[in-house]
Amino acid sequence: MPETITLLINGRSVTVPEGVMVSTAVALSGATVFRRSVTGGRRAPLCGMGICFECRVTIDGRPHARSCQILCRDGMDVRTDE
Amino acid sequence: MNSLDHNYDALVIGGGPAGLAAAVSATQAEARVAIVDDNPGPGGQIWRGEHRRPNSHEAAEWLDRARVKHVEFIGGARVYDQPEKGLLLAETFDGALELRYRKLILATGAREIFLPFPGWTLPGVTGAGGLQALVKSGLPIEGKKVVVAGAGPLLLAVAAYLRKRGADVALIAEQAPLKSLLSFGFGLWRWPGKIIQAINLKRELAGVPHVAGCWPVSANGEERLQSVKFRRGRKTWDVVCDYLACGFHLAPNVELAVFLGCEAPDGVVLVDEFQQTTIPDVYCAGEATGIGGLELSLVEGRIAGLAAADRREEARALFAERRKIRQFADLLNRTFALREELKSLPRPDTVVCRCEDVSFEQLEKQTTWRAAKLHTRCGMGPCQGRICGAAVEFLLAWRPESARPPVFPVKVGSLIRDVKPIAGKGQ
Repeated sequence: MPETITLLINGRSVTVPEGVMVSTAVALSGATVFRRSVTGGRRAPLCGMGICFECRVTIDGRPHARSCQILCRDGMDVRTDE
Repeated sequence: MNSLDHNYDALVIGGGPAGLAAAVSATQAEARVAIVDDNPGPGGQIWRGEHRRPNSHEAAEWLDRARVKHVEFIGGARVYDQPEKGLLLAETFDGALELRYRKLILATGAREIFLPFPGWTLPGVTGAGGLQALVKSGLPIEGKKVVVAGAGPLLLAVAAYLRKRGADVALIAEQAPLKSLLSFGFGLWRWPGKIIQAINLKRELAGVPHVAGCWPVSANGEERLQSVKFRRGRKTWDVVCDYLACGFHLAPNVELAVFLGCEAPDGVVLVDEFQQTTIPDVYCAGEATGIGGLELSLVEGRIAGLAAADRREEARALFAERRKIRQFADLLNRTFALREELKSLPRPDTVVCRCEDVSFEQLEKQTTWRAAKLHTRCGMGPCQGRICGAAVEFLLAWRPESARPPVFPVKVGSLIRDVKPIAGKGQ
């Protein structure tokens, strides 16, 4: 198993240690907004444990993925509502 | 779409301390036991990441016992439906799973209670346990300025953890009045282990201001959090920070139990002395039966697991221990009860339901939770009221209603049973 994982966050390549969540990679990419609320508000993770759904991002084209509970995988393409 | 023989004598939902203890205790000759958890790894919240980076001796012991006893761990799977008794459906990132059980043990834990105040939706405002979970998942916190606020003993544990990971903890603000904290401290003589824990925490937090009767009134910033305004008595002041880690104690996760038909009056799952719910062969242990902390979760988990394995005498031997820890839990919940002033935290335009952006003034015009759902969509978004429900209950005294399938929002594919039938069944 590789010790680091490289994935794309909003088209930008980010390398993280193996075993971290997608939410961490998003934060490391410098993005502060994970999703936009229904009225356009800037939102980022609140609960950190898969309850609040504020950490939602699009992973490999799949929308509404909870980035706090999904481990980074090599080559993932992650999009936020930045 | 993985449905290889998921057939269990005992299936445990939730891999935190209660679930681990239940699963280990339920193993006996040839019993097949599995834990399902929505997180990728075991440990729940308090032991999050312990399987990768051990810190707690006790966690390591339970994780090791689970391995030795061949407890299967199914991570990243969230239960969302029970099409028939003894069959649960769980969604994973890669598809849906069918899980069959003879005995079911619910160890679904608790979540933080969040109260809305101006600015609480800004990036940088997280739960207290929430920030700890994010840091345990890899979020860098070294050198960041953090304030920890809200209610309950979790605040101290979170502050100590963040400090150990290099955060600059500027303030711990506990809403409970000083006299409650003092009488709590004096009441601890009955649990010497708790005194030692408290002293150790205090030592780890030496130099960090810990203020009682103090709470955040607003979070401020443009793109993200820049400062927090605190109140204590009549005094208010601003603290500049990168993160506000704020939670107002804990609420049991009862949705799955309620969905399965278990009675849960007063927001806690009702259990008998063997931790069995009002549904036969369905047990519940840990925070879902009432907030009580790690030790209570472990002993309840052990009792539930033993009872599910028909080892009732061994389970009975643990009743006295459970009784003693429950008294501690009662003291804890009395001490950190939320104060009335917190009901005036939201301003009219403060968002209460973060999924649907419903403001406090929109809710105040309604009279019941049902009316609020129909007219404002409060609680109708993806979290299904898990965040705003506790806030609304505290602010407006409305009780949530029964849970309906799916217990969690799922992809449409999962709803049309996008699962392969188990060998020997179906088409």
